[in-house]
Amino acid sequence: MISHQLIVVGGGLAGLRAAIEAKDAGVDVAIISQVHPGRSHSGAAQGGVNAALANHPDASDDSPQKHAFDTVKGSDYLADQPHALQMTTDAVPAIYELEHMGCPFSRFDDGRIAQRPFGGAGYPRTCYGADKTGHYMLHVLVEQAYKRAIAMYVEWFVCRLIVEDGACRGVVAYNMTKGGFEEFRGEAVIMATGGAGRTYSNTSNAVISTGGGAAMAYHAGVPLKDMEFVQFHPTTLFTTHILMTEGCRGEGGYLLNKDGERFMAKYAPKAMELAPRDITSRSIQTEINEGRGIDGKSYVYLDLRHLGAEKLAERLPGTRDLAIHFEGVDPVYEPIPIQPGQHYSMGGIDTDVDGRTVMPGLLAAGECACVSVHGANRLGGNSLLETVVFGRRAGAAAARDILGRERGAAAPQGDGAAAAAVEAQVAELAGREGSEDAYAVRQEMTEVMRIHFGIYRDEAAMKTGVDALLALKTRLKKAKLRHTGRVWNIDMIRTMELEGMLDVALATASGALVRTESRGSHARTDYETRDDERWLKHTLAFYQGDDPPRLDYKAVTMGLFEPQERKY
Amino acid sequence: MSDITFHVKRFDPAVDKAPYYQDFVVPVEGSMTVLEALFDIQEKQDGSLAFRYCCRSSICGSCAMYINGRYRLACQTNVAHMGVPRVTVEPLPHVPLVRDLVWDMEDFFVKYEAIKPWLIRNSALPDTEITQSPAERLKLNMPIDCILCAACYSSCPSVWTEENYLGPAALLKAYRFEVDSRDEAGRERMPSWDNERGVYRCHTIANCSEACPKELNPTEGIQWLKGSAVRRRLLGRKK
Ligand SMILES: Cc1cc2nc3c(=O)[nH]c(=O)nc-3n(C[C@H](O)[C@H](O)[C@H](O)COP(=O)(O)OP(=O)(O)OC[C@H]3O[C@@H](n4cnc5c(N)ncnc54)[C@H](O)[C@@H]3O)c2cc1C
Ligand code: SF4
Ligand code: FES
Repeated sequence: MISHQLIVVGGGLAGLRAAIEAKDAGVDVAIISQVHPGRSHSGAAQGGVNAALANHPDASDDSPQKHAFDTVKGSDYLADQPHALQMTTDAVPAIYELEHMGCPFSRFDDGRIAQRPFGGAGYPRTCYGADKTGHYMLHVLVEQAYKRAIAMYVEWFVCRLIVEDGACRGVVAYNMTKGGFEEFRGEAVIMATGGAGRTYSNTSNAVISTGGGAAMAYHAGVPLKDMEFVQFHPTTLFTTHILMTEGCRGEGGYLLNKDGERFMAKYAPKAMELAPRDITSRSIQTEINEGRGIDGKSYVYLDLRHLGAEKLAERLPGTRDLAIHFEGVDPVYEPIPIQPGQHYSMGGIDTDVDGRTVMPGLLAAGECACVSVHGANRLGGNSLLETVVFGRRAGAAAARDILGRERGAAAPQGDGAAAAAVEAQVAELAGREGSEDAYAVRQEMTEVMRIHFGIYRDEAAMKTGVDALLALKTRLKKAKLRHTGRVWNIDMIRTMELEGMLDVALATASGALVRTESRGSHARTDYETRDDERWLKHTLAFYQGDDPPRLDYKAVTMGLFEPQERKY
Repeated sequence: MSDITFHVKRFDPAVDKAPYYQDFVVPVEGSMTVLEALFDIQEKQDGSLAFRYCCRSSICGSCAMYINGRYRLACQTNVAHMGVPRVTVEPLPHVPLVRDLVWDMEDFFVKYEAIKPWLIRNSALPDTEITQSPAERLKLNMPIDCILCAACYSSCPSVWTEENYLGPAALLKAYRFEVDSRDEAGRERMPSWDNERGVYRCHTIANCSEACPKELNPTEGIQWLKGSAVRRRLLGRKK
């Protein structure tokens, strides 16, 4: 058994920021991560991070209040408004802090942090480091974790939570490089495991973005909130779904159909290519569905040629490399074939503004959590922001809980039962009778999600989709492990995580089927309008084993802005 | 679609006396990368295959391998573009193995940590950003793109022969901070790289720059550090 006062699961931006905050408060904290923290998916973020610094000449009267308004309007009014304002207010010091830590943001001529326009934002307020913002932010926080000598358990895969008397007391993890399972005990656990993009076949996310943390909390009885809201990014590469950042359009890129027409003029005449992501993705999909994709295929063009080689080299060098390596297209000379792809999970573990869940001792932050600040549609640049703002808040809350106790909690004691239970689960997986193939189940699940719970949804398709997911759950029970070796067993990790992925997918599917309206990313062809009277509320999904989740609802916290029709 | 043979180096220290090679035939379609081919093998042919993966978009640094005799990121290597019927996939050479294509990176990160890879400030912080001109910022462009994949480390003859040598990636990181206009380390970080374990072990063979899949130039950074040590010691300059 290994014990620390605080255990942070995940070494992405949210986990690192949480751990740094707790460590600075004097807490003994450890990060457990499946990959070295510097390899977390946060590093793939490209375009930038929002804060109303008002550095841009066109943004001198920008403010956290205005940033909150854009966020709430972008969310199609499903965000909890005070939480959104909390985030946009914390944003300004959070960016200065990153800069003070050494984050290499791009600069304006006057030496201040450069900011670019992004979708759905009233002002250019997206701070960036070329088009590698996530990579730069992530490495800075990794460096800060090393500076503080924060304990890191690298390449340990967390399999489940330890829950005793209704409270979270730690986790069980698989030691990938040495083999074996270990109990990690602590007074609190912060989940910071990132998104669940891999439940879809057409995702921009890393291979490890499998929603594991959300699934573990869900299995332990904590509800998942607003899971039906899944963001499709307008511009992912046609063949691989690797992202082409929104920064491409922020810097002036065009979207073109087969007739060479800037079709966004029809859908968002004012904002054009910088409409929010839900609207832009639907516009692209409509062009494709109506036969105006390039060569009749399911893609349109992202055209950057007019920006010129110099600007691309300065502002979008990574984008150019990705297009060349992964699509064989050089954006300096050719338009880039793109289509929308799954990108971000707006939903997640239900938390309050300090990352606390309904379960004592369990907190969550980052993409695996739902505070909620993104509501039904996240604005580009608000997710990197969320990781540092709510990572910090969760770390601070956990530290307050731990340090504020009258006397220190009794030394954690493990009898090894939790680790033994995981070992028994693995033995069961290895000993299964049956001929099902876990990888075929995974593949089918991702296609069900893409086809039945994609950009456009309707009752009939979603019903079939829910049934298909339930059938896959049954089939997975007959899939047996192929490899039982102790060290670096990918087969075991991928089979174990699949069960959680199916449950997370089912939470998305069930919430979507019942929500008879269109809001943000949830666009139904059979209920085309937003229905505030019935549906201005958060969905909560509770795990029910073999059955679909039980759904409950919770009011949205308003207070700042009245819902309006969204026009861009 | 064409069938490509992947000739993969296998080794399980718990069972095997020595590494061996195993062939897998994979039907390669469209833009399939070497990393995708490894997943195809792991899913359909041999569940025991071990390799590192994460982003699949050449930014996390997990998948550096030795592919047909070259240092490459598996996820950035398009199989069809290689234009050969047979692809040899080996772990990075000259480093200790965990299993198959996975190697033990602990020493690599110990050396990274040794150079104090963080911005050092002594003066009071401003309320807003520390300003930095675009020209000063430009100096960071090369070293900040390092993804810590360790291809350079594995390619360096000085690393092979001197186990204490910090290696190109750690030294490039030292350069990244020393060259940053905001860094105020003065001589605080210098003892970690200004010695026989550090920059003077580099004999400018430049394998590292050749190996780097991000086309970075660690040698350039190391040379700058050597020059900077002279400037500081002999000329009393700050950097
Ligand atoms: C390609 C791309 C580009 C993006 N660009 C932007 C952008 O420009 N601006 C913006 O605001 N947002 C952007 N986003 C979104 C944003 O990057 C993510 O939402 C955010 O980085 C998530 O951070 P995180 O810390 O929550 O999770 P992650 O960075 O995904 O980290 C998850 C961590 O949890 C660990 N982990 C997961 N499961 C386990 C387990 N079972 N056991 C142990 N460890 C585990 C992982 O190892 C990892 O360390 C982008 C997303 C993508 C996919
Ligand atoms: S310098 Fe290049 S080869 Fe070396 S670790 Fe960094 S990215 Fe990899
Ligand atoms: S998987 Fe991330 S660099 Fe290849």
